[in-house]
Amino acid sequence: MRRSTHARRAACAAAALALAATGCAGAGAGGNGGAVLSSSWADPQNPLEPANTNEVQGGKVLDMIFRGLKRYDPKTGKARDFLARSIETRDSRTFTVRLKDGWIFSNGEKVTARSFVDAWNYGANLRNNQKNAYFFGYIDGYDEVHPDNGRQRADTLSGLKVVDDHTFTVRLNQKFSGFPDTLGYAAFAPLPRAFFTDHAAWVRKPVGNGPYTIESYTKGAQMYLKKWDRYPGPDKARNDGVTLLVYTDSNTAYTDLLAGNLDLADDIPAAQLKNVESDLGERYLNTPAGILQTLAFPYYDKAWSRPGAEKVRTGLSMAINRRQITDTIFRGTRTPATDWTSPVLGAAGGYKEGLCGRACDYDPGRARELIEEGGGIPGGRLTVTYNADSGSHRQWVDAVCNSINNALGDDRACVGNPVGTFADFRNQLGGHRMTGPFRAGWQMDYPLIQNFLQPLYYTGASSNDGAWSDEEFDRLVDRANAETDPARSVALFQRAEEVVRDHMAAIPLWYQNGNAGYSERLSHVALNPFSVPVYNEIRVG
Amino acid sequence: MGRHVLRRLLQMIPVFVGATLLIFLMVNVMGDPVAGLCGERACDPATAAQLRREFGLDQPVWRQYLTYMAKVFTGDFGTAFNGQPVTELMATAFPVTVRLTVVAVLFEVVVGVTLGVVTGLRRGRPVDTAVLLATLVVISVPTFVTGLLLQLLLGIKWQWIRPSVRAGGFDELIVPGLVLASVSLAYVTRLTRTSLAENRRSDYVRTAVAKGLPRRRVVTRHLLRNSLIPVVTFIGTDIGALMGGAIVTERIFNIHGVGYQLYQGILRQNSQTVVGFVTVLVLVFLVANLLVDLLYAVLDPRIRHA
Repeated sequence: MRRSTHARRAACAAAALALAATGCAGAGAGGNGGAVLSSSWADPQNPLEPANTNEVQGGKVLDMIFRGLKRYDPKTGKARDFLARSIETRDSRTFTVRLKDGWIFSNGEKVTARSFVDAWNYGANLRNNQKNAYFFGYIDGYDEVHPDNGRQRADTLSGLKVVDDHTFTVRLNQKFSGFPDTLGYAAFAPLPRAFFTDHAAWVRKPVGNGPYTIESYTKGAQMYLKKWDRYPGPDKARNDGVTLLVYTDSNTAYTDLLAGNLDLADDIPAAQLKNVESDLGERYLNTPAGILQTLAFPYYDKAWSRPGAEKVRTGLSMAINRRQITDTIFRGTRTPATDWTSPVLGAAGGYKEGLCGRACDYDPGRARELIEEGGGIPGGRLTVTYNADSGSHRQWVDAVCNSINNALGDDRACVGNPVGTFADFRNQLGGHRMTGPFRAGWQMDYPLIQNFLQPLYYTGASSNDGAWSDEEFDRLVDRANAETDPARSVALFQRAEEVVRDHMAAIPLWYQNGNAGYSERLSHVALNPFSVPVYNEIRVG
Repeated sequence: MGRHVLRRLLQMIPVFVGATLLIFLMVNVMGDPVAGLCGERACDPATAAQLRREFGLDQPVWRQYLTYMAKVFTGDFGTAFNGQPVTELMATAFPVTVRLTVVAVLFEVVVGVTLGVVTGLRRGRPVDTAVLLATLVVISVPTFVTGLLLQLLLGIKWQWIRPSVRAGGFDELIVPGLVLASVSLAYVTRLTRTSLAENRRSDYVRTAVAKGLPRRRVVTRHLLRNSLIPVVTFIGTDIGALMGGAIVTERIFNIHGVGYQLYQGILRQNSQTVVGFVTVLVLVFLVANLLVDLLYAVLDPRIRHA
């Protein structure tokens, strides 16, 4: 960290003045020279196993140390073959995966078909407590390995078969033409033998097959990832390494960036958004990410599932001035939503601007009419529940309520209902304890329109917290999944999305961008559609 | 003396059990922590059930408490959700926070008492008024304002310090320590001042002056020693408060100490972390109080511990 020496010397001077002691040595960032950049980080919530990491901080590391069968293009988000030479199917149900030659893990072990099959079996196995296990739920035999209740009847997925070193087959329990495109998700990464033979050591210092290797890892403090020189892939790191530094607060990381002690901060705190352009200028990134915020409804409550309630919901949607909120509160880091997917999918991937139509336009007059026609707000007052511990949700919920109150001409039509912690919020959702709309955010796992619809609105799906259920929607999704032609599949998903619109199953609010700021030392900094920096492309100096 | 210490140590046991039980119950009231582990979706029921079993959350609370206490006595404080043993978290968090507290207490003692003596001896003079006003300002400005302001001025504007703490050495902790100490420092100044001013009029000081002792000896030996009792009491209880209450300061200056671990533990509803850290803090508090009691006897010969 050459740039920070000035500051450090001053700190030492101050220290010497105050305590008249202290040798000012050491304490550098990871103790590494060369073109190494430092980047802000937060402590991952789970151990860094691929099938156990479901948040962005752990995902950052996995993205650097693993490469899977597919990789999502950092710019377009399109899934492209990476370790896979080909993934073929005739019936959208049995897939033959062929691997490219020459891939190895950073400990020298070859990446073979077994590396994948063992890893997936591990991830699906109930005994291993992997939080992403459901990703393997499409594979035949999942209910034996991971039954919802009762005893586990098998240790391995019957749908996975190793053919030879570079070939394996996957049989699904239902048709799913989009399956190959889900394989870029970190949970599907290959794992070396060391993961199984000495698990504790592996978790302390994970070994993968990506462009970086973990050189040192101090839990809760920092991780130093070094460029792997023998990396066989085409996307070699353009820098010598990355030091991830855990920050207690994103404000502190931002301050450090301004002071020149940090190279990359990829979570600009909401409070700083108004200064960020004058602080950083060109070095501020604000790029679309696959995140959609919505308001979902409790359909287990009769008041919201009765006929006519869809008019109330559509009315509420039209009472929200999205443009004003995204401009004033989010300062352009969100864009008003006009469908239920995300612009990062692209038109071919299923994003359809304006699919929501008039139902997402701000029209207070029509909003009032619709709500009246629908029988008014159930209980006379709307309570919007959200978790207040992260993501500045309070500000926008208050703004949404304000907008609704203004549209209805009633100061007390809508109030926010903060819940202290995310866990408690999830508990209340899981216990079906909502009586009004609640915050529902969705960050895509993989860039497919399927991922924006099925987990959220399919009957009994894992993120269908409002328990919405519609036969036509389910049927269309099933048909779309079975359809082998991508264009026709997308068209069917969009028809399913129209069902969501006609019932206003959830009110789409805005698409969320990823933001980051970086120091003058860096160039070629970009965020991928998952709002993670594309580290291997960054150049230092 | 020995018996007094023993009695005090025995008294700690019920306090310790009661305090941990209360914390345990409070953490449990927050609800099921497993629900927060799976992101914006419901954990699949089988995995959730297994996680609950693994963390012992499927047991009734009283049994959870008993198992927990039994383990604590063998030195096992459980495991955090990220798979790290809580003792490991403590081993990294407590040293930093202890250093921070030491810096803060040093500031309180050195600066606070000095200012107190100066103002106590010069009541009503301009120095006295100025310091009083300054302490009033410090007390009324919240810590996060002082912290952020100093961070901005010293860290970015003038570049004297690094705005964030990396390794957590003493040199990096001077400004955070000052911020953490600021409010208490103001109280120490005021306490010392009042106490000193009061004792100046007492008989033994008058006697000492009449004996013809040098002023310096009267002030340090007679006056200050007796006046320090309320100050020592304050600092003693403050040590516990500083260690546990550094959440704001630790977040601002990126110090991975006790406050940060507690904050994260509460946010993630990680009962093992929260209960473990608070348990140790309770112990620290109790020991600090005992030390204060013993210090009384040293400061005031009239106090004897039977």
